[in-house]
Amino acid sequence: MSLTYQNPVYEYVRSPDQAAIQAAHHPVIVVGAGPIGMGAALDLALHGVDTLVLDDNNTVSVGSRAICFSKRALEVLDRLGCGERMVDKGVTWNVGKVFFRDKLVTQFDLLPEPGHKMPAFINLQQYYLEEYMVERMNEFDNIEVRWKNKVIAVDDSSEQTRISVETPDGVYNLTCDWLIVADGANSDLRAMLGLESTGKVFEDRFLIADIVMKADFPPERWFNFDPSYHRGQSTLLHRQADNVWRLDFQLGWDKDPDEEKKPENIIPRVRAMLGDDVEFELEWASVYTFQCRRMPRFRKGPVLFTGDAAHQVSPFGARGANSGLQDIDNLAWKLKLVMDGKAPQSLLDSYCEEREVAADENIMNSTRSTDFITPKSNTSRQFRDATLELSKRFDFARKLTNSGRLSDTTVLTDSSLNSPDDGEFGSLLVAGAVMADAPVEGGSADWLLNAFGNRFQVMFYVDDIDACDRATLDALRAMQDDAIPIETVVIYRSGEAPAGIHALCDVKGMIAERYDARDGSAYLIRPDQHLAARMRTTSVDKIRQAVARASAQH
Amino acid sequence: MPDNKPLTTDSNFHESGKTCFRAYRPGDDFYQYLIDAHRDLSDAQSQKLNARLILLLANHIGDLAVLREAIDAATENPGEA
Repeated sequence: MSLTYQNPVYEYVRSPDQAAIQAAHHPVIVVGAGPIGMGAALDLALHGVDTLVLDDNNTVSVGSRAICFSKRALEVLDRLGCGERMVDKGVTWNVGKVFFRDKLVTQFDLLPEPGHKMPAFINLQQYYLEEYMVERMNEFDNIEVRWKNKVIAVDDSSEQTRISVETPDGVYNLTCDWLIVADGANSDLRAMLGLESTGKVFEDRFLIADIVMKADFPPERWFNFDPSYHRGQSTLLHRQADNVWRLDFQLGWDKDPDEEKKPENIIPRVRAMLGDDVEFELEWASVYTFQCRRMPRFRKGPVLFTGDAAHQVSPFGARGANSGLQDIDNLAWKLKLVMDGKAPQSLLDSYCEEREVAADENIMNSTRSTDFITPKSNTSRQFRDATLELSKRFDFARKLTNSGRLSDTTVLTDSSLNSPDDGEFGSLLVAGAVMADAPVEGGSADWLLNAFGNRFQVMFYVDDIDACDRATLDALRAMQDDAIPIETVVIYRSGEAPAGIHALCDVKGMIAERYDARDGSAYLIRPDQHLAARMRTTSVDKIRQAVARASAQH
Repeated sequence: MPDNKPLTTDSNFHESGKTCFRAYRPGDDFYQYLIDAHRDLSDAQSQKLNARLILLLANHIGDLAVLREAIDAATENPGEA
């Protein structure tokens, strides 16, 4: 039905496992080949883990679904090898405009300071992301995807988890050491294991209409509270790739979703919004309600829950897929260390600890946006409308206006994996924060973040690399041979890096500024590009201690 | 920009002792606390709560020049139909 996109069909291939007399065993099975399940497989593949992915379907997302991808999600995807394609195909945008009764009341600019590889946001239909991820998975020998493989039963009562899988050729069984659940908001696996995701259902309906049109509107997010063409409700207009535009209409709880989905009812709404002279074709439509909820615990022994299966938010703020990608970013390296026997299983509890905090923050922010967009009482509506009225004149009201707080990262300040600061730092890049990017020169990468990830690393800052003490460098480099290898990346302001040292020049001084880095400062960076420790004076003992802590070996 | 008016209209929500990682956060924290205070109240009860709240905040501000300007700013509302 799509005018601009043809869904690929991935062939079901019968696996030798289906003829095996005994259930075949796989170290890791991922259930669900959406962005989060495929992200998990790609991340584990980069760590050298063999992964089997099962999906009940044989194609990518039908309809555009998630369209807003945040800077952090793009950075994770870049680490997994899909980020640049996303940016190339997607629509980069920074400006959001908010209208109240057709008048512009405020606008925000998400454009971060210069000196980051990835933009603040891009819009791209979810099917493109999934297609890129499938193609990327095909580049790995250690990922196997089985399409049309639906998990219909799971037994976690013994050490190895046992699952039954339904295929066009009948049912077969598999066992695994670790099961990663990424089968979406209505997770079957979650239900089969008797677990629940609990929270709040919002009594409102929204219509998504994707239309194809050649329009001169800029690639901005236009949110309209109580517009004249859709009284008492809100609308959203946002551009995607291929001249597809996302229109979102708040409908109210009393509307019949089946009626609203009919083109003859959608088209007048679109005309009312865009005017009669705009030519468009309807691409895809969906009516949705939403919930904000999460599982109390994202882990049940060897079963790990990720993405919408673990937590669900309202769509305002693009905190769904973006936070799911941050789940797998957090999980993959921990699972690898546990599988290798280099870290205790409690490291996986830190996955829960950290991502449950993030889920709570995402739920809180998206609930607040929802309460602002769809006030639940007269008083709440009065405050909302007063805020919008005052926005025309006053800065503070513009800042209070909440049309969606767009996905950002949770700073994991309370994580048990963090080490306390050693010395004083004047930067918000604390232990538990994601690294900030910066341009670099003179080494293997043009961007700081491209030199980090997938392993523990020390970012060691020196003013003049020529003056750097050789013995210190040698001691730092020796940590490469530790049980959990620690790679040192020397960041320098001036001088010439000697051969055989992984060194990058802080060419614009942005690293010094953003991290408050001085000569001799060091930062321990986790494999998911989060800071775990920072110190003003560097010693291998302190770094090794911080790595032990960051891998839950207290 | 020179500004001889005493009323602060730039965003001013903050919480001492807390590191603020996101600029929108303190304002949103306030807004939710306010709306939560009204949850489960009738419209009449909400009006009373608002009246008490305005009086408490007015006394806290104290400065009549600020209060007059705030009342005037809230009264004149060019956007209102």
